[in-house]
Amino acid sequence: MSLLNVQGLTASYGPSQALFGVDLALDEGEVLALMGRNGMGKSTTIKVICGMLAASDGVLDFAGRDLRQMKSHRIAQLGIGLVPEGRRCFAPLTVEENLTAAARAGEWDFAKVAELFPRLAERRDQKAASLSGGEQQMLAIGRALMTNPRLLILDEATEGLAPVVRQEIWAAIGQLKSQTGMAILVVDKTLKELAQVADKAVILNKGETVWSGGMAELTPEMTDRFLGV
Amino acid sequence: MALLLVPLMAWKMDEPFLITLATKVTILALAGVGLNIALGLGGLVSLGHAAFFGIGGYAMGILASHAQNYEPLFSWPFLFEGSNQMPLIWLVAVLASAAAALVIGALSLRTSGVYFIMITLAFGQMLYYFTISWSAYGGEDGLSIWVRNEMPGVNTLDPIQFFAVTFVILCLTLWFAARVAQSAFGLALSAARQSEERVETVGLAPFKLRLIAFVISGAITGLAGALFADLNRFVSPTMLSWHTSGEIMIFVILGGVGRLYGPVVGAAVYILLEHLLGGISEYWQIFLGLLLLGMVLFARGGLIGALLGREVAHD
Repeated sequence: MSLLNVQGLTASYGPSQALFGVDLALDEGEVLALMGRNGMGKSTTIKVICGMLAASDGVLDFAGRDLRQMKSHRIAQLGIGLVPEGRRCFAPLTVEENLTAAARAGEWDFAKVAELFPRLAERRDQKAASLSGGEQQMLAIGRALMTNPRLLILDEATEGLAPVVRQEIWAAIGQLKSQTGMAILVVDKTLKELAQVADKAVILNKGETVWSGGMAELTPEMTDRFLGV
Repeated sequence: MALLLVPLMAWKMDEPFLITLATKVTILALAGVGLNIALGLGGLVSLGHAAFFGIGGYAMGILASHAQNYEPLFSWPFLFEGSNQMPLIWLVAVLASAAAALVIGALSLRTSGVYFIMITLAFGQMLYYFTISWSAYGGEDGLSIWVRNEMPGVNTLDPIQFFAVTFVILCLTLWFAARVAQSAFGLALSAARQSEERVETVGLAPFKLRLIAFVISGAITGLAGALFADLNRFVSPTMLSWHTSGEIMIFVILGGVGRLYGPVVGAAVYILLEHLLGGISEYWQIFLGLLLLGMVLFARGGLIGALLGREVAHD
């Protein structure tokens, strides 16, 4: 049984249905790329997995537990760490305070996060609001890691960042994949970088899964049809 | 430092009134430090903290009145005598106000914003009217205690010694409040004030964080209430009125919301204004209102913020 198992997931924002049947499965140590054009339901799927939006129907299991009625903080406690779109660090807190606030007992601590992102160690006492976009992204990833997750979800983790910083983020994701047994779900638009780290992919179109398979199986025809690249 | 120097100089000059004034500042600052944990760290605008202040006061009044009348509080299922021992009174005051804060917080924290303000105000007023009708303990007239309660090794009747007791408690509480603010709990509470959703995604329950903060806050304010009642040797429903809640909030806003020493500065300035301007005009609160208006408009970090800058965290 997969660590994360999503089948026929539907969800709505009030009267407007946003998800019409999302299917995806992810095992420990795997990296899954969740792809699709803007507005196709990627972020909504993540919101439902993390308990920020209620599922209307379908299967949503994590480590054998049904997440559908669970509150957001209980889901995070089960081991799902989210790096939200737009970073959303705790702006008035320092780097160290951001990480301490989220800390839960386990393998990940400040030293280990600083090892992954040495820049955070240099900015330890600096307020999150004064960090560059890239540093804030590193902090957001570090904050999620401090919860010692079994599944790390990155929603548009490299969006709006300079190419050099993007490379650093992708290198860190690669490092997480090769050095930990963590499952990673990545939402991103940069196909080239995704292809380097992801084992498999799921494509969403108009709120439902239209393709899933190994990353290597993704054909130019599929990417052209559903991703427009 | 001034809070320590003024009573020491007054002691040398044999001015017991000034020592009592400094003791009053110390105790009210303690109440403000309590509120500041809920308001400054948790962003909880409580207009019902007078309830905890009053519960602390009544804990002292009830225990002491039973002790001075040699009547037990209750004799079933076990005998519980009154007490004139301050440490026991403080313990009862802290436990009673923490229990009240737990109940009030558990219900109030299901709301937010203006509804939270109104529900805490409603709880405060409910307890206020209850004490007015509580004839067994003086009702509207309140309850007088003949002699100040005792503490082992301290002559509490000596103003400077009683001041020292309250000052040590304030220092210990400030140390505790600073530790809370810098702890993982305090940081998470502060983060929850900024974004509930973001805190939940890292596995923290904002309701639980706020409830714990509210209980700690209520317990400290209750301790201040017990000391205040001992200072005056009198407890009355006024301690629970919404005016008192407003005054405690003024100490915090005047000094600086979320600033460690904010309530100390706020309480000192408030009492100073009350003492100096109160002698000139009975409408002295107009000047206080103007000062508050100035603070809110031009120095939102309070007096501490105006002096040190708004960006300095934890003073």
